[in-house]
Amino acid sequence: MGLDQNWKKLQVVQQRFFFYSMAATVIFFLLLLRLWYLQVISYQNLHDRSVRNRTRILSFDAPRGPIFDRNGVLLVGNRPSFQISVMRQDVEDRTLLFEKLAPLLNLEIPELERRWKKGKRFAIYRPTPLAMDVSREVMEKVQEHGVDLPGVLTEVRPVRDYLDHGSAAHLIGYLGEITKAELQNKKYAHYRGGDFVGKTAIERTYESYLHGEKGQRLVEVDVQGKLLRQLQVEPARPGNKIYLTLDRELQRAADEVFAGETGAAVALDVRTGEVLAMVSRPTFNPALFAKGISGGEWRELALDNRHPLQNKVISGQYPPGSTFKMVVALAALRDGVINTKRKINCRGDFLIGGSRYRCWKKRGHGETDFKKALRESCDVWFYTVGLELGIDKLSKAARELGLGAPTGYPLPGERSGLMPSQEWKHQRYNKPWYAGETVIASIGQGFVLATPIQLAVMTAAIANRGKVLKPRVIKKIEDWDGNLLLQPETEVVRQVHYSPETWKAVQDGMVAVVNEPHGTGHAAHLDNVLVAGKTGTSQVVRRKTDKEEELDKDGKIPYRFRPHALFVAYAPAAQPEIAVAVVVEHGQSGGRAAGPIAKRIIQRYMELKKQKQQEPKE
Amino acid sequence: MFDRRLVSNFDWVLFLTVLLIAGIGITNLYSATYSDHVSGGTPLYLKQLLWLAGGVLLAQLICLFDYRHLEHFAIHIYGLSLVLLIYVLLIGRTTMGATRWIHLGFFNLQPGEVIKIAMILLLAKIFAETTTPFGYSLSELWQPALLLLLPVLLILKEPDLGTAMMVIFISMTMLLFAGLKRSTLVGLMVLAGLVGVAGWFGLHDYQRARIRTFLNPEADPLGSGYHIIQSKIAVGSGGFFGKGFIQGTQSQLAFLPERHTDFAFSVFAEEWGFAGSLVILLLYLFLIVWSLYVARRAADKFGLFLAVGVAAMLFWHIVVNLGMVIGLLPVVGVPLPLFSYGGTSMVTTMIGVGLLMNVSMRRFMF
Repeated sequence: MGLDQNWKKLQVVQQRFFFYSMAATVIFFLLLLRLWYLQVISYQNLHDRSVRNRTRILSFDAPRGPIFDRNGVLLVGNRPSFQISVMRQDVEDRTLLFEKLAPLLNLEIPELERRWKKGKRFAIYRPTPLAMDVSREVMEKVQEHGVDLPGVLTEVRPVRDYLDHGSAAHLIGYLGEITKAELQNKKYAHYRGGDFVGKTAIERTYESYLHGEKGQRLVEVDVQGKLLRQLQVEPARPGNKIYLTLDRELQRAADEVFAGETGAAVALDVRTGEVLAMVSRPTFNPALFAKGISGGEWRELALDNRHPLQNKVISGQYPPGSTFKMVVALAALRDGVINTKRKINCRGDFLIGGSRYRCWKKRGHGETDFKKALRESCDVWFYTVGLELGIDKLSKAARELGLGAPTGYPLPGERSGLMPSQEWKHQRYNKPWYAGETVIASIGQGFVLATPIQLAVMTAAIANRGKVLKPRVIKKIEDWDGNLLLQPETEVVRQVHYSPETWKAVQDGMVAVVNEPHGTGHAAHLDNVLVAGKTGTSQVVRRKTDKEEELDKDGKIPYRFRPHALFVAYAPAAQPEIAVAVVVEHGQSGGRAAGPIAKRIIQRYMELKKQKQQEPKE
Repeated sequence: MFDRRLVSNFDWVLFLTVLLIAGIGITNLYSATYSDHVSGGTPLYLKQLLWLAGGVLLAQLICLFDYRHLEHFAIHIYGLSLVLLIYVLLIGRTTMGATRWIHLGFFNLQPGEVIKIAMILLLAKIFAETTTPFGYSLSELWQPALLLLLPVLLILKEPDLGTAMMVIFISMTMLLFAGLKRSTLVGLMVLAGLVGVAGWFGLHDYQRARIRTFLNPEADPLGSGYHIIQSKIAVGSGGFFGKGFIQGTQSQLAFLPERHTDFAFSVFAEEWGFAGSLVILLLYLFLIVWSLYVARRAADKFGLFLAVGVAAMLFWHIVVNLGMVIGLLPVVGVPLPLFSYGGTSMVTTMIGVGLLMNVSMRRFMF
């Protein structure tokens, strides 16, 4: 014991107590310095970081701009939809969750997996959509099972609502999730993965007007990204209102009369170039796209060989057949190859260079003058005149009237058709032009191809005596305060010049087609309005021998070999307002298949006009 | 047997300081686990309160008998601790890749903690018997070195670098106090350097990652750097006066990991700011300096070394934990005594406190 005390009382040992206490004090002082550095000197920086840690800016979709017809009738709006989403980080056992969810959502587990994987592109605090636009029943079922489904939530999201069952779907277009390529495009700078954008037609071209501005919510989140409370909200600004030139009532009539046929029909305002109705068949249901189309549904549409997604009005290229004959007639009159008096004898066929070209009427039309040639669509008359005129003059006249080049339709996807010339053939095939090719070009066959919109523009130009108009689809675009954002004006692409007599002769011929005995377009005749029109029946496959053709006679031609039926018309003949072009694929006869469709559209137009005139009196 | 003088010599300063720190610690735990309260079950702060009560009881029990009896049992306690360490390696509970616990039904015993006390007792006994005014030479140290190496290797095997380090630090602190010849001191420092280099290669990947992360936490802010970054944000964003009780966004919104255990102080610093941190640090410093004061007043060398050992244990835990939490030291799993949640840490600390009080109240008994 005593030794203990001696050791303890050694100076060196006593110093150790002091030294240890000092060392501890110094080290604590260093800790305090560090705390001072963090809490006082770096305070602002670290405080900001803690704020950033806990707050997130969440954006929510703006309702897309509504689309109206020319009279302000809503065509495409928005409705709230229920969306089942999942916060991925809240899910511990995904397999178990999907096993429970799949029957509730009526989805296969692999499909859920696919959507889950897609969500990995999103920020962690953003819910991943598993099922869009589910029914109220499904939503309620999911909510009932909420306790068993950790991380699953229901959201309400605006979704496109197509009021007329997707009528005019090809004009309006459809939506789809933004692609990776689009996200890299400057045009979509403010978009994020998972956003829906217009993929075609109006929805695509006017995306910037329709999209609106997303709303933003400043929220507080915990480390898992779980939303705790909302700190601030900035409401979404809905997209602007688009008024189309389309008339919904006319569109409905066109839809109804076109029924189950394949092909296209378009009605233009002769004075302005406005598209009044637009039908392309078969069609598709844009609502499928609005909620995120499934792989199977997409394949079905994309692989259909009748191309439901294609707008045949602007991208369907058809031999115009006899609807082309007005061009030949106009050009020949201007050139002086013929006058309205000259008669040509049609014996049912035409011989040149050892080849024989037949008139559609086997017995022949006999002595045929200008008017009769148009009225009864005498092929031999046009073979003769066309050959005398030559392909290049014919081509020039056709191009003037809007064929062989895009009309300037404002939405993407328009094709240019084809108006051949000697030079074209030399460049394309490095071969000379043959007289026989001029012969068949004179009846709109051979190389000649036109889209329905081109035929409508051409018909309108004939109706308004030479004004080739650019088709228009937008009447105006307005914001929600009523400010006009866009109002396209009538654009005359060019004025074609023919003498008044020439115009009259051709127009009279078209009136005769519909209204005179032996006229091929009698099916389009209306009692209360004078319709001018022209039929066309264009062969799909060229048949070489008479024998084959005879086989065809009894209606047993396979569908794909049947000729396309065409009809172009305008009305009223005296003061034209509407021009219509109709193509019924494999419709056999222009007069019988396409004529009634044109007739119904014109009839409905006149009815609506009358209604409108009466309305203000009420 | 019970002497009046013992009561009058009871070290109220030490006892109340400990209670004060523990009280603040439990209040802090209430806040750190506030968001968990809704989930039901016994709240952690209540459990910790029970541990504290148990710990106080244990400390008082330890005061009942003369600490000098422990000198005779030091070797037995040490032996038992080694057995526990071996046992835990054989059939312990494994969590997060490490085997550290023996499941005892009501709580999980960590032999790594027990060995700290055992080591302090054993070294205090050895040093009490063998110190000379001239200090130790290297050749005299083979026995304590071996006794230290055995448990350290076993702990490293678990693996539990933090505890192994603590045992070494405590032992070295006691040894330095016992005194070394100058040549021995230099030799030991060289040895420590060599062990450090060799140790780097013996480290587990996660341990090496922690050290690298410590050197540059921003390199991997969501991975291994996450703890340090979030803790620094928590501490720093507290500012001078803090965000207020249960108002710390870093802790309440769970950005801060392990906020009721190793990072409990971050919660406190966030909510009470520099002012609060200063108070806590001064309390801890006072506790350590007072412990050294207890050592200085001890009646014998054994008591002296016991007190130095406990002071060292408190000091190293506090410094390493705080250093980690404020980004001065790498992340090693060392709890903050009286602050971090955990029964073992509380019991170990309170045993240490009990030993201190025992030494302190028997300072006049020769």
